[in-house]
Amino acid sequence: MFRLLARRLALIVPTFIGVTLLGFLLIHSIPGDPVEVRVGERGISPERLAYFRHELGLDQPLWKQFLDYQGQLLQGDLGRSVVTQESVWTEFKTFFPATLELAACALAFAIIVGLPLGVMAAVRRGSALDYGLIGLSVTGASMPIFWWGLMAILVFSVSLGWTPVSGRIDELFYIEPRTGFLLIDSWLSGEPGAFRSAVRHLVLPAIVLGTIPLATIARMTRSAMLEVLGEDYVRTARAKGLAPGRIVVVHALRNALIPVVTVLGLQVGALLGGAILTETVFAWPGVGHWLVESVQRRDYNVLQGGTLLIAVLVMLVNLGVDVLYGVLNPRLRR
Amino acid sequence: MSATVAAPGAGLFRRLLENPGAVAGLTIMVVLIVVAAAAPLIAPYGPAEQFRESFLTPPFQQAAFPLGTDSLGRDILTRLIYGARLSLLIGLIVVALSLTVGTLLGLAAAFASGVLDVAIMRLMDVLLVFPSLLLAIVVVAILGPGLTNAMLAVAVVLLPGYVRLARAAALGELAREYVVATRSAGAGVLRLMLLVVLPNCAAPLIVQATLGFSAAILDAAALGFLGLGAQPPTPEWGTMLADALQFYQRAWWLLTFPGIAILVTVMAFNLLGDGLRDALDPKLRR
Amino acid sequence: MTTLLDVQNLTVDFGPFHAVEGIDLTVAAGEVLCVVGESGSGKSVSMLAVMGLLPRTGRVAAERVAFRGADLLHASPRGRRRLIGRDMAMVFQEPTTSLNPCYPIGWQIAEALRAHAAVPRAAIRGRVVELLGQVGVPAPEQRMRAFPHQLSGGLNQRAMIAMAIACDPALLIADEPTTALDVTVQKGVLDLLVGLQRDRGMGLVLITHDMGVVAETAQRVQVMYAGQVMEEQPAEPLFAHPRHPYTAALLDALPERAEGKPRLPTIPGVVPGAEDRPAGCLFAPRCRFRTPHCDAERPALRMAFGARVRCHYPLDDAGNPTGRPA
Repeated sequence: MFRLLARRLALIVPTFIGVTLLGFLLIHSIPGDPVEVRVGERGISPERLAYFRHELGLDQPLWKQFLDYQGQLLQGDLGRSVVTQESVWTEFKTFFPATLELAACALAFAIIVGLPLGVMAAVRRGSALDYGLIGLSVTGASMPIFWWGLMAILVFSVSLGWTPVSGRIDELFYIEPRTGFLLIDSWLSGEPGAFRSAVRHLVLPAIVLGTIPLATIARMTRSAMLEVLGEDYVRTARAKGLAPGRIVVVHALRNALIPVVTVLGLQVGALLGGAILTETVFAWPGVGHWLVESVQRRDYNVLQGGTLLIAVLVMLVNLGVDVLYGVLNPRLRR
Repeated sequence: MSATVAAPGAGLFRRLLENPGAVAGLTIMVVLIVVAAAAPLIAPYGPAEQFRESFLTPPFQQAAFPLGTDSLGRDILTRLIYGARLSLLIGLIVVALSLTVGTLLGLAAAFASGVLDVAIMRLMDVLLVFPSLLLAIVVVAILGPGLTNAMLAVAVVLLPGYVRLARAAALGELAREYVVATRSAGAGVLRLMLLVVLPNCAAPLIVQATLGFSAAILDAAALGFLGLGAQPPTPEWGTMLADALQFYQRAWWLLTFPGIAILVTVMAFNLLGDGLRDALDPKLRR
Repeated sequence: MTTLLDVQNLTVDFGPFHAVEGIDLTVAAGEVLCVVGESGSGKSVSMLAVMGLLPRTGRVAAERVAFRGADLLHASPRGRRRLIGRDMAMVFQEPTTSLNPCYPIGWQIAEALRAHAAVPRAAIRGRVVELLGQVGVPAPEQRMRAFPHQLSGGLNQRAMIAMAIACDPALLIADEPTTALDVTVQKGVLDLLVGLQRDRGMGLVLITHDMGVVAETAQRVQVMYAGQVMEEQPAEPLFAHPRHPYTAALLDALPERAEGKPRLPTIPGVVPGAEDRPAGCLFAPRCRFRTPHCDAERPALRMAFGARVRCHYPLDDAGNPTGRPA
């Protein structure tokens, strides 16, 4: 088990370097540097520009800049936002809990609904439920998520008035940001109606964001279950006279979960990508929204730092999934 | 000695037609191609033509504007039709680009093995770490917004899939006897790669390409929506949705129709790709 | 002798394909019945149908399927589940894939005990160890924690046998239990099965394609071909005087009987599939004694020389077909 972990960790290092290198090269290939934007300022002379350049280390050869950058990274310094002058890391810490809350709820929704649906569709193969599921999941996987979000707002918020249009919570509430997760914080604050407001704001974005993972999980579970249900050991379980429910859950699902878990891991990347669009549509103050704005504001430090952080996050999740896979599949142990 | 070519032929087509989803996808695809090709003939107006007396006309009310008009008085139906042309073009270019480069890289990795193989695969690992939309955004941020750059960005995002697929398929073929025999007979590497190994790897690549079409259209639309892709007044469906952001609460048709267009197109290619995958898979379970 | 299993006129169809046609079968307590035939003869399918283990595409019809007098064919699913695994048990051909890879073998054996409440909870672990010992698994306390992929085929098969006999079944069906095992291990497992049957007085249905196995174990033999019973009689007379040309050909193909011959006899042709079933006798295309009458009319199962034979011209003691026009 630990050897598995160590091997995976060792693989992460070159990927990490590659990721930072890619980010570094990409950003530095953007024409113009942070100093050039100051060319038109009053009192700017070539000497002062050169001084600023030197200050920022921009006159060093590229490889040295990269090494310096790596050193900075390892010390946890991701640079500063060109627009707000805040440290990128601080800004990320501010916005990340919102995204995490949204993504976690979306994933929970996808699993809670998708897994049982997939199991039932496999058990009742060829039924209306089965075809319905396949149809829905193809549709769900083919929808542009930003369109789905806007349509959902149109129907549920504007027409039916069930949910609010945007934001995380009604503006009249001020909630002490203890954990950064509004669901928890609003509950803890004890303010009447705060928690309910937070939930109402979360429902629609979570469902919209979770739709594509739902479709994928349901499909994956269905096909994994179909495969497993045809295996010899399921027949043996039936030959033992076990109840059908037990066979499905204890014998079949346990094995079917193995490929499903790997798919779950992949969903995290999809969730983060989808979060970018969902947050834009719902004006959700998370990391995705922050990154999109950084592109529009040409805040390249934020783009570079934020992208790097997300990449690291994805790598860690992949590592976690690998480990989980090793736990679930006894054939990999020892 | 004859090579065992996984024959995409009559049997495949028959199996494909047995799949109702694939038939639907194929039909829609054909319709789209016809619509796109005949756009100037079918569309009532030009895509940038503005009718200043008819801003934000609702659909199904005037025969002149069956699907309504947008905030600048442009006919939605016309823009959708021209958008079809654009989307198909986007899919084609993106897939062609990523398929070609990806397959070459994958084959090179499989054949060269050693350091080149490791380098290419590590590079692909790095690309795969980023969520696809984020990577596309970063690429577009560097290159600047616009349709061409968006296509390039999406091609980069889809690249690792083809590289891995081509490499895996090629490695599988390389181990087979007919390849070893041809190699020892002195066949050149390039010839071996392109003429002998490639045709046998075709099947999964074709499936991936079809599914890549739909991914390309979705990602390009997403970039358009974020303002990073096709720029107005280009009638790309995603860009049309970006236009709709301001007015959609008053004018639901600005939002609905371009979205449905994307949905139907992407679904068609997904169904077709799934159908191809099932038809090409010998382990088909009934 | 009490009849455990009584099957009359069993038919199994997969769509238009008749996998099993009109099988009659009885097994008494303490009796060993061998069902023998080539691949595609329907021998496994018929037993799976009796146990209710066929996939959904298989349709089962019969005049009677009864276990200890109780109707099994129209039993409720719950009623059937009470019998299966407890009073009737089955062992399958591929031991390693027939065990769930995610759970240790001890747990899977215990599950059978728990499902039928055969043993009080506290005694389950002890019983599992005892069972593993009875089937000849060395160091059972350690082995019971092992996963199937960690054990050899032979050990897995013994574990599966332990699982099958856990609740003391009256009837055990073994579907080609040794076919997938190494030759060196086969005899041990076979001996185990026969020993267990004898010690516990179980009825044993042993399905196999290997006449050598039949010779070692059977008391009564049923020969199947293309979904039909071709011959049925006690073992000794069958080996001495086979009544059906197919049985004779199977015996001739045994290496032990081929001594002195320059070549090992084989049966030319293949078992008919779904598309090429003859109108007449199903074996006729491959039969040495084929006549036009055989091709025209399908023989019924009838008594001849004290055996049940499905042939127009059953063989006499000398091995010649009786009543056959020259």
